[in-house]
Amino acid sequence: MAKVEMTVNGRMTSANVEDRTLLVDYLREEKNLTGTHVGCDTSQCGACVVHVDGKAVKSCTVLAVQAAGSDVRTIEGLAGDDQLHPMQEAFRNNHGLQCGFCTPGMIMSAVDMVNRLGPKLSEATIRAELEGNICRCTGYHNIVKSIAAGAKAMGKGMKKAAE
Amino acid sequence: MGIEGIGARVLRKEDKRFITGQGRYTDDHKVAGMHYAAFVRSPHAHAKIKKINSKAANQMPGVVGVFDGKQLTGDGIGNIICGWMIHSKDGSPMNMGAWSALATEYVRYVGDAVAVVIAETLAEAKAAAEAVDVSYKVLKAVINAEDALKDGAPQLHPEAKNNTIFDWEIGDEAATDAAFKGAANVVEMDIRNNRLVPNAIEPRSALAEYDAAEDHFTLHTTSQNPHVARLVLSAFYQVAPENKLRVIAPDVGGGFGSKIYIYPEEIVCLWAAKKARVKAIKWTADRSEAFITDAHGRDHVSKAKMAFDADNRILGFKIDTIANIGAYMSLFSSSVPTYLYATLLSGQYNIANIHCNVRTVYTNTVPVDVYRGAGRPEAAFLVERMMETAARQLDVDPAELRRLNFVREFPHQTPVIFCYDAGDYETSLNAAMEAADYANFEKRRKRSARKGKLRGIGMSCYIEACGIAPSAAVGSLGAGVGLWESAEIRVNPVGTVEILTGSHSHGQGHETTFGQLVSDRFGLPSENVQVIHGDTDKVQFGMGTYGSRSGAVGMSAIEKALDKVEDKAKKIAAHMLEASEGDIEIKDGEVSVKGTDKKLLWHEVCLGAYTGHNLPEGMEPGLKEGAFYDPTNFTFPAGCYICEVEVDPDTGTTTIEQFVAADDFGKIINPMIVEGQVHGGVAQGIGQAMMENAEYDDSGQLISASYMDYTMPRADDLPSFKVSTTETLCPGNPLGMKGCGEAGAIGSPPAVINAITNAIGHNNLPMPASPHNVWAAVQAGE
Repeated sequence: MAKVEMTVNGRMTSANVEDRTLLVDYLREEKNLTGTHVGCDTSQCGACVVHVDGKAVKSCTVLAVQAAGSDVRTIEGLAGDDQLHPMQEAFRNNHGLQCGFCTPGMIMSAVDMVNRLGPKLSEATIRAELEGNICRCTGYHNIVKSIAAGAKAMGKGMKKAAE
Repeated sequence: MGIEGIGARVLRKEDKRFITGQGRYTDDHKVAGMHYAAFVRSPHAHAKIKKINSKAANQMPGVVGVFDGKQLTGDGIGNIICGWMIHSKDGSPMNMGAWSALATEYVRYVGDAVAVVIAETLAEAKAAAEAVDVSYKVLKAVINAEDALKDGAPQLHPEAKNNTIFDWEIGDEAATDAAFKGAANVVEMDIRNNRLVPNAIEPRSALAEYDAAEDHFTLHTTSQNPHVARLVLSAFYQVAPENKLRVIAPDVGGGFGSKIYIYPEEIVCLWAAKKARVKAIKWTADRSEAFITDAHGRDHVSKAKMAFDADNRILGFKIDTIANIGAYMSLFSSSVPTYLYATLLSGQYNIANIHCNVRTVYTNTVPVDVYRGAGRPEAAFLVERMMETAARQLDVDPAELRRLNFVREFPHQTPVIFCYDAGDYETSLNAAMEAADYANFEKRRKRSARKGKLRGIGMSCYIEACGIAPSAAVGSLGAGVGLWESAEIRVNPVGTVEILTGSHSHGQGHETTFGQLVSDRFGLPSENVQVIHGDTDKVQFGMGTYGSRSGAVGMSAIEKALDKVEDKAKKIAAHMLEASEGDIEIKDGEVSVKGTDKKLLWHEVCLGAYTGHNLPEGMEPGLKEGAFYDPTNFTFPAGCYICEVEVDPDTGTTTIEQFVAADDFGKIINPMIVEGQVHGGVAQGIGQAMMENAEYDDSGQLISASYMDYTMPRADDLPSFKVSTTETLCPGNPLGMKGCGEAGAIGSPPAVINAITNAIGHNNLPMPASPHNVWAAVQAGE
């Protein structure tokens, strides 16, 4: 067992967990943050994507102890209370989700994509960058549209912030 | 229609919880005293169980019970049923072997559950499951359906001689043979429809709670039809009587058919919760487990031939199909290769003579059942590959051959049961050809050729059947259930409305579209309407969501209940306003007397219904109405899909340059959601055509049992789609709806394969057209 401490969605958290506990299980089972999902066991589907120190990681592939001391952000903490992040808003406005199971991972990957590559994303870039996220419902058509729109909106926000 | 009524692109109400991580899927639920189940599964495709030694496992930390099939059947838990009886052509009933939720004597596929361990934590349950020692006598396995029929093949079930479950036919064989005798041309094909794994991204999960004081069970489960689950768990598996069992299907992360059935794990978790005397047991499949336990789809091999006269009109169509059912008969497995398949072999065409023979066989593989489209994709693939191939052999334009043979008058009775009620196939064909700029394809082909690439175009004019049929009709064909739907409209005293429906939403957006019916009817804002579904304690009964039925059947039930609510509200308003009922109009949240300024607000009428102070003589208070709607016929969505590809002959890599869909779904409630359904269906169809394959080795190991090995379509495998709709109303239901959930998966595989075979110049290409298969086909030639 190990005592693990990490910041999750801006709050300090801790728990005694088995050494083998995955970050996703720390979040889901210990912290009841069930918005982060598990869709496979081979790090392929991306339903479990969260941000660790500002970078997208698959939380099914990271041990909780590896994330000790880190700043972790999950879908629940992406926006403030009663607000939506522009990327969340874009997924809703563009029907970028159906069953919703892959959606948290998609949104976390999309935000990371914009953080890394900027708000102007071509369709080809978005499609290539989504290689680590599988959706079975949407055929990706509206996810790609959502991310393009969300990226644009994030860009406007960044510009405003810079001004 | 109003901004939130029928036909409006209303954004989804349910999205807020999903995009913020507040969705509540089965595995997200936790209860005090929850234990975990881990299943011990057969590593062999076929074996006799010699001994199960669970002594060591029982003594491991946290373990509260290890149970096997003998204990399960000893407690009277019934065998798993197949809900559709098919008779062979000799009149004998299908030869169904026994399927116990935990195997008792034999295991018949890799993944067959043998025992279950219940422990305090998941890790403890899994560790103890590893320690259960099962000794097997390994038997020879058979994987392919054709091999299973051969003399000397391993036999799976004593009930099914030669592994044959039934040998069934449809259509008039003598008349069809006679039609071939007079043919000017006959086109023949061998066609294999590859086996698929549905792969909803949410793995199956069950949380079974047992309340010992009340002797009452609650099951949270990943189900498309919780009421059917409760009925079957009660009536057939004897887990608990229906009044002692509540089934809840909360947010469900995709189904595609695979979550229709009541699987062994749900039965076992319920039974074991009581047996182990624990408050609750949770089981959630990991993906590897899902691959070897979720019902698979497709897996047909067929020989087909089509006869044409000298003018290229179709004279007859004859098909011989072998369908692989897997190791056991799953709930609707027998209906898929029969009434959901062979009844659609007339396609969009006027074919006077059709005969289809279907043999279904057991093999040592995962059971096969409904997967998006279910039988209809197999039929569309046969018909549309045949039409394209025939056009090439007869040297006519593929579009013209189809046009020449289209059904043009409705109703149209096919020789294979169905009576098509409405359609306009030429309009969707024209719409698709225009959207694809079909006329200029040769220019694009030349451009590709200059780069050393092979360009191809292919189309598919599919038809399918949805909603499923009148209950009496499906009953006469062997179905064990009725296929109606129920709805209840509860108008609250403040005028807000709750829709209780037996349909289940697992991605389809019912919380939005069902509400649109109320907005349309009474002019209420969508925030005043709540859709309640998925809980047997809340909704009286329902048949659930599959077969693209929630619009045509589920919404029809809602419409019927709304008629009753409207009728009563008008009576109350007429009484309150001292007007004639026929003059009352409900619009924009107001109830008024036509042509006057006399009116009430909607909620005043609703409140009046509940105070009961001023109701017409003899009227009961309240404003709540229910309805059951039984469809009058199948519905027949149809359309035309065109796919254009570019093949790199050096690598076999194929890119989809464009994909066009022109569908006729009848009346559309929310075009945004319908387009989304088409996108998703087409993606799954392209997946079948180019990527996906459940691949077994000779010993019966599923070697494509993870996302590393089973190629799921990803964003960069697919293009953006060009989708549009045309409309002929379905005359069989009040809204004129046909259904849109499966069309994409039904219509797209033949379009893709027609395009790739057009590019490479011959038909010698298996599905999936993976880069390797395409490359090999280019190398091999015809």
